[in-house]
Amino acid sequence: MVGVNEVKWTPTLIELARKPDYFLPGHRMCAGCAAPVIVKLTLKALPDPDNVVVVNATGCLEVASTIYPYTSWKRPWIHNAFENAAATASGVEAAFKALKAKGVWKGDLPTVVVFGGDGGTYDIGLQSLSGALERGHKLIYVLYDNEAYMNTGIQRCSSTPQYAATTTTPAGRVIPGKPEWKKPIGFIVAAHHNVYVATVNPYFWADFVKKIRAAAEYEGPAFIHAISVCPRGWRHESKLTMTISRLATETCLHPLWEFDPETREYRITDRSLYIAKHPDKKVPVEEYLKLQGRFRHLFKPVRRDHLIKEIQEKVDKEWEYLLRLAGFK
Amino acid sequence: MVAEQVEMLLNGDFAVAWAWKHVEPDVVAAFPITPQTLIVEKFSEFVANGEVRTQFVSVESEHSAISAMVGAAAAGARAATATAANGLQLMHEILYIVSSMRLPVMLGVANRAVSGPINIHCDHTDAMGQRDAGWIMIFTEDAQEAYDTTIQAFKIAENPEILLPIMVNLDGFLISHTAMNVKVFKDPKVVKDFVGETRPVPKIKLMGEEVELSLNPRNPIPVTFGPFAYYDYYFEFKRQQIEAMKKVPDVVERVNDEYYEISGRKYGNGRVVPWNVDDADIVAVVMGSAAGTMRYVARKYRERGVKIGILRVRMFRPFPWRDLQELLRGKEVVAVFDRTQDQGVMGGPLFLETLAALHYLDDRPRNVVNYVFGLGGRDFPPELVEKVFDELIRIKDGKEKPFVKKYVGVRE
Repeated sequence: MVGVNEVKWTPTLIELARKPDYFLPGHRMCAGCAAPVIVKLTLKALPDPDNVVVVNATGCLEVASTIYPYTSWKRPWIHNAFENAAATASGVEAAFKALKAKGVWKGDLPTVVVFGGDGGTYDIGLQSLSGALERGHKLIYVLYDNEAYMNTGIQRCSSTPQYAATTTTPAGRVIPGKPEWKKPIGFIVAAHHNVYVATVNPYFWADFVKKIRAAAEYEGPAFIHAISVCPRGWRHESKLTMTISRLATETCLHPLWEFDPETREYRITDRSLYIAKHPDKKVPVEEYLKLQGRFRHLFKPVRRDHLIKEIQEKVDKEWEYLLRLAGFK
Repeated sequence: MVAEQVEMLLNGDFAVAWAWKHVEPDVVAAFPITPQTLIVEKFSEFVANGEVRTQFVSVESEHSAISAMVGAAAAGARAATATAANGLQLMHEILYIVSSMRLPVMLGVANRAVSGPINIHCDHTDAMGQRDAGWIMIFTEDAQEAYDTTIQAFKIAENPEILLPIMVNLDGFLISHTAMNVKVFKDPKVVKDFVGETRPVPKIKLMGEEVELSLNPRNPIPVTFGPFAYYDYYFEFKRQQIEAMKKVPDVVERVNDEYYEISGRKYGNGRVVPWNVDDADIVAVVMGSAAGTMRYVARKYRERGVKIGILRVRMFRPFPWRDLQELLRGKEVVAVFDRTQDQGVMGGPLFLETLAALHYLDDRPRNVVNYVFGLGGRDFPPELVEKVFDELIRIKDGKEKPFVKKYVGVRE
C-alpha cells in the first residue's frame, strides 16, 4: 500500500512552522499567491529536506524566484525550459544513480522534486511528463495549478475551468469564457499505473504534507496536483486566497484523493472523505464562483443561471465518478 | 607513447558507440533516428551486457534527450547523446540553454537532410541550423575520425577554460553506415586516463564559499541553475560564452596533439586539415567525407601537374578564420563546397564565412566561388569532382568567367 494511511507522521502546524524554510523571502510572487505556500509545504514535508534537488519548469514561480543575481532557493535548483521539467529531472535522477554506481556520490540518492505550473504540465510539458513517468524515474512532480498561463498574462490553458474568462477566452457577447471543461490531469497520470497520484490543497495542509511523505516513501514516480489560487488571474482580493482554496475542495471542484499504484485503488481523503460520507456538506459551486472576477459574467450584468447550473451539474457528475472509483457507489 | 590498438571493422555509428564505451559517460539519453540509430543500438548492447556503468535513459523524444542532458550535466555527470536531422531540430531550443549553462555535453550527429520532403540521407543542413547555438562543432571525415573525435570531444568540452557543449558530426550513411578498419584502443584505461575517469567539475566562489558548480546538495551554498536574467545581466551571460569560445581553437589543437601521442593519429592542427595547399593555385574548401573523394581526384590532377589542394575544415565552430586566412592568401582560385541548403542567401555558410575571413587579406584570392552539392544524399562521385576541377582550371586560366554560386549534381 502507498498513501496517507501508511504515513506514520502527523506533524502539528507549529512543528511544521519550526522546520527550516528552503524557499526564502525576497521573491517577487504576487501577494496572495498560493504557489509559495505549496513550495514551502512540499519542502517541509520531505523526510530528508537537506538531500534534495529542485527542478522548475518555466512559469511564475521560476521567473519570480530567481531574478539574477538573486535566488530564493536554499536548495540546489535548476530551470531548463517550459516543456521539459520532467525530462530534466530524469537526467538529474539518472546522473546521481550513475555517480553512485561509480562511487563518486556516496550515501542516499537525493530526492528530485519538480515544480511545474499547469501550462508546463497539462499542455506543453505533457509528453515529457508522460515519458518520465513511464520510465519510472524516482521523482516527486508537484503541479501547482493556477488554471491559466498566468506568467504571460492569464491566457487559457487546458486546465482552465469552464466559463472562466481569460485573456484568450474573454467573456464575450457570444462566447461566455472558456467553452471547454478542465482536463482531468490526475486521472491521465494515474493511467500510467506506476505513479502515486494525489490531489492536494494548501488549505488542507495536514493532508498535503502526508501526501508528500507518501510520495517520498514510494519507490517510483509521484505526481502531486495542488490547486494554486491566483488572485491576479482569478480576480479577487489577496486576502481571499485561503477561503477560495478551501471552497475549491468543499464544492468538489478540486476533491482530495489519491491513487495507490500498488493496489490500484483510488482513495478519497480528508475533507473530501467527510463530504463523501456527509453529502449535505458539499457546498454549492456558486459560493466558489461568485468570489472570483473571472466568473463575474455569470452573475453580472445579468445572472446566467443556466451556465451556473451547467457547471454545477458537471461538478456533480465528476464527483459521482470519483465516488464510484473510490468504491462509494 | 602510442598505446596498443586493435583494428575492428566498424562503421561510423559503431565507432562513436565504441568511443562512448571507452569513455563510459555517466548518462546517455537518446531517441532513435536514422542514420544515428546504430550508435544507440550498439551502446544499448554494452549497457545490457553490463560492459558500462552508464545510465542509459531511453527517452520519448530528442527534446527530452537533450533536456535530460541538461539535468545530468548540471548534476555533475558526464553526459552524451546523439541524433540527426529532425531530431536535432527538435533539440534546437535546448541547445542554446546547454551552452548558456556552460554544460560540457557531447552530442553525436549523423548528418542528414531535414524534412521536407522527408529524406534520410546525408547533407549538413541539420547541423548548419544549429551553428549559432553556442556549441563547438567538429566535422569528421571517416569512421576512424569519428571514434577519435568522440574521445577528444569530452576533453575539449570539459576543459575548465571552455565548459561548452560539443557536437561531433559524421556524414549520414557515408560515414555512419560505412564500415572501415578502425583502430581502437585495446585497453579502455588509456582512454579513461586521457579524458579522466570522471568529469572534472569546476569549483566556483559563491557568497564567500567554495562550491562545486553543480546541483550537489552537499554544497555549502546551493547553486541555482538557469535563473531569469533581464536586460541588466543577459548580455554579460552571452559575453562570457563568447569569451570561452575564443579559447576553443587553442584547446582543440592541444587535444589533437595530446591525442596524437597516445594514438599516432592527428588531424591537421585539429581545426583544419590541409592537403597540398601550400603550393596550390586552386584550393577546394570542404567539410566531411567529400574531402576524401576530392583528394582522390586531386591526386590524379597533381600527377598531371595541376597545382590543386584540398582544405578540409574540421572545426566549423568556432570558425577557424585565422587558419583560412593563413592558408588561402594569394591563391588563384578558392572553391568552397557547401553540403547545405542555402535558401535566399549569396552562398552556403562555409562559403560566406570563408569569404568574410578572406576579405581582410591584402593578398586575398583572386576568385572565390561556391558550389552547393550533395543535398539529400545526392552522390558526389569522382566524375563530378573532375568536372568541377576542370571548371576551376578554366577559371584560373581566364578561359571561363568566375561566378558566385553553382549547384552540382542537380537537374536544372
